[in-house]
Amino acid sequence: MELNQLTIHELKEKLLSREITSVDIVESVFNRIDQVEGKVHAYISLLREDALRGAAGADQKIQEGAGGELCGIPVALKDILCTKGVKTTCGSRILQNFIPPYDATVVEALRRAGAVFVGKANMDEFAMGSSTETSYFGVTRNPWALDRIPGGSSGGSAAAVAADECIASLGSDTGGSIRQPAALCGVVGMKPTYGRVSRFGLIAFASSLDQIGPFTKDVEDCAIMMNVIAGYDPKDSTSVPQDVPDYRAFLNRDIAGWTVGIPREYFRDGMDPEVSAAVKKAIAVVEDQGARCIDISLPHTDYCVAVYYIVAPAEASSNLARYDGVKYGYRAENCRDLLDMYKKTRSEGFGAEVKRRIMLGTYALSSGYYDAYYKKASQVRARIKEDFAEAFKRCDVILTPTSPTPAFKIGEKTEDPLQMYLSDIFTISANLAGIPGISVPCGYSGRGLPVGVQFLAGHFEEGKLLQIAHNYERHAHIERRRPEL
Amino acid sequence: MEYEPVIGLEVHAQLLTKSKIFCGCSTEFGAMPNSHTCPVCLGLPGVLPVLNKKVVEYAMKMAMATHCRINEMSSFARKNYFYPDLPKGYQITQYALPLAEGGYVDVETEAGRKRIGLTRIHMEEDAGKLVHDEHLPSSYVDLNRTGVPLIEIVGEPDIRSAEEAAAYLRRLHEILVYLEICDGNMEEGSFRCDANVSLRPKGQEIFGIRTELKNMNSFRNVQRALDYEIKRQEYILESGGEVVQETRLWDDTQGVTLPMRSKEEAHDYRYFPDPDLVSIRVDETWIREVEGTIPELPLEKRERFIREYEIPPYDAGILTTSKALAEYYEDVVKVCGKPKIAANWVMGDLLRFVNEDRGDIRTCSISAVSLGDMINLIEEGTISGKMAKDLIQDMYETGKPPRAIIEEKGLVQITDEDALTGIIVDVIRANPTQLAQYRSGKDKLFGYFVGQVMKATQGKANPQLINELLKKKLDQA
Ligand SMILES: [Zn+2]
Repeated sequence: MELNQLTIHELKEKLLSREITSVDIVESVFNRIDQVEGKVHAYISLLREDALRGAAGADQKIQEGAGGELCGIPVALKDILCTKGVKTTCGSRILQNFIPPYDATVVEALRRAGAVFVGKANMDEFAMGSSTETSYFGVTRNPWALDRIPGGSSGGSAAAVAADECIASLGSDTGGSIRQPAALCGVVGMKPTYGRVSRFGLIAFASSLDQIGPFTKDVEDCAIMMNVIAGYDPKDSTSVPQDVPDYRAFLNRDIAGWTVGIPREYFRDGMDPEVSAAVKKAIAVVEDQGARCIDISLPHTDYCVAVYYIVAPAEASSNLARYDGVKYGYRAENCRDLLDMYKKTRSEGFGAEVKRRIMLGTYALSSGYYDAYYKKASQVRARIKEDFAEAFKRCDVILTPTSPTPAFKIGEKTEDPLQMYLSDIFTISANLAGIPGISVPCGYSGRGLPVGVQFLAGHFEEGKLLQIAHNYERHAHIERRRPEL
Repeated sequence: MEYEPVIGLEVHAQLLTKSKIFCGCSTEFGAMPNSHTCPVCLGLPGVLPVLNKKVVEYAMKMAMATHCRINEMSSFARKNYFYPDLPKGYQITQYALPLAEGGYVDVETEAGRKRIGLTRIHMEEDAGKLVHDEHLPSSYVDLNRTGVPLIEIVGEPDIRSAEEAAAYLRRLHEILVYLEICDGNMEEGSFRCDANVSLRPKGQEIFGIRTELKNMNSFRNVQRALDYEIKRQEYILESGGEVVQETRLWDDTQGVTLPMRSKEEAHDYRYFPDPDLVSIRVDETWIREVEGTIPELPLEKRERFIREYEIPPYDAGILTTSKALAEYYEDVVKVCGKPKIAANWVMGDLLRFVNEDRGDIRTCSISAVSLGDMINLIEEGTISGKMAKDLIQDMYETGKPPRAIIEEKGLVQITDEDALTGIIVDVIRANPTQLAQYRSGKDKLFGYFVGQVMKATQGKANPQLINELLKKKLDQA
């Protein structure tokens, strides 16, 4: 095994026993990048020199017996996270040369923990998409099948972990943007509770839904990453001042006596039979471990996509108003006047999907339509939240498929936005309700494409998710394959 | 037909907090362009607002001082529009759930006292400023003011004349300054006012079509603009026309209101709750805490001055125009114990000095203690009122206490009867013609002799004593 293929906890052991150095790991990661990045295109920018320098510093710290939780571990960051002095594009032409003068709070946290940054991962433009095809910097390919999408919007972060082009990564999840690509790329991805991880420095798509979370090679690494990034941040008014438990303490525990809710609305006709079969096997595994699976109902499930596609674009239409060519970012040339500058800059700077959502959102907030759309959607959103509150009175966690299908072909859904929007059908509800969710690999399709199972829990119950996900991972005996590249 | 104007005012007041409403930048006025900015108030990608608690407290003070009900829960919304002085493309303000609602202020005009209702008071952030280059087709953006906290005070359409409007504005202004939450500077824009004006036939209940007036940057301009607009609408209605609902700008140089280009006002602000901020919760404890910091307000103070010091309402009005002046006056009274005399000196000579030099009572060279002591010197008979007039001038110029100046200049009043009688005898002797005329019945010449004695004593003689002794000597045949 090459070092770049190992997990955080495996590498930490080797680092602490002085068997290897961080420089060894970083070199191994960049060797891999040199070999496969041309095919995968997981990154918008690479930070080779910084990473090597960082690794040398980390080795020094380890020598001194210091160093944090992630000391010397190469991590990739979705290019939606602001990095001080390092170009942060959000996958858009309008920010193609934007260099933030500050770090996102999670980036600061990773730095403090000693992580080494490999690069900025590709993504759908402003996180708007489920396939990483809307990036201004080109598509990312699924390492398991290069003619297929990696999922999105955090497709680059997922593909980088799956292709061993980093050890772990961070993404952001507004409607499934971590869990869906994790499922499609065969890695672990968690969206924490809204308010658990600071959003400061995360370029906003839909502020009431966005949440940062990790991509890792296994559940234990997910717990390690969560230990580093979770916590209250006075710079984010929506982050919650609640103590962070040691997430590793939830590993290696059993789930005997747990009740697992299986929402009937998530298992309907029309689901890909291979996905359905893999998830049913997962149900059997947790039952084997002593959990009781019960049928539950989340009655407002059918409204999730509709509500999401009002709330998210509405917030986006306002969040993206700042990209006007006045202060930073792209500005169109040869403008007649102010209005012309606004129009040209935004027409040329944004891609089609972003413009579509800005228009949707602007319409939903317009006077005369606000009550029928945004207000109504907010009311239904409250019902969806209640659905989950009711459900969690009866069960510890909920189990569902992560995505209705395995990875689809590049270009397959780009002409049909509605089909594209439906690929988040199982993940959107967690964002609307603000609850945490995790996607864990649960098998492969006949074509050898990864399939994921999703666990959902109540607010701030990430520990429970890690407990059942880790338990499942240990007992499901999913064949450990690696993508051939 | 007789028309009645219906006026409602919206006032924006900049709050005097040290830092901005959603970031730590300074709110200081007049700094180098863009020097008081940070990623948050510049609207850089990924940054988030954090509410400055002081802003809520200041807004609560104004709400309490104007008898508003403070909502237990209120929230912020986004008002979306594009303009280069608005870096985020939206202004954070309060919309559906304002901090406070339903208050009033009492105003006084020549027609008497009247209560004007307040619809609401809410908090919001100010925008930046554009500086246009006259020689180039370009503009500069200064974002120092971006994020400076404002409160908007929305009044009910209870106002019926330009005079009432001005009185209402003065009352709000006075309260804001008393509370020390706004400097009230209209030219610098820390106190701004927009007006909604319509006319209706007297006796009719339904409002007419209104116009919105902007760009009035002084009390005088508000009154002028309203007077003009009322006349303009009256003329339209009289001649059978219809008022167009629009925004109009006051043009100070021409003295008219002019319509704003319709393109600039065709906004749909698409208000919605700001997802980056959580609801503001104000509990009883916080209310009581803030309540404890509210000083006596101008109207209460005025009434107390009339009651306690038995001074005329006119005097009480002037002496309470600012908190500092009222404090000064009370300190003078504390030293001398003569409220009416103290009022005369403060309103007369002292305010004249301060106003002539455009000074500030708080930094005036004559301290309240000095002025009080000067009044004591008059009361004791050490100096005459006339001497005091010169003395106060010296005190103002030198900043010295009255007793020090008196000692230096030997300004003690002559109260010794024998010495004064001697001087009077000399004066009478030196003016035989006048003496003869006086004695032949020209009583008016008595004043002439008083003047001569004053001159001879360099004003140091006690006037009462002069009168007494002079009368005696002149009448001695
Ligand atoms: Zn600032």
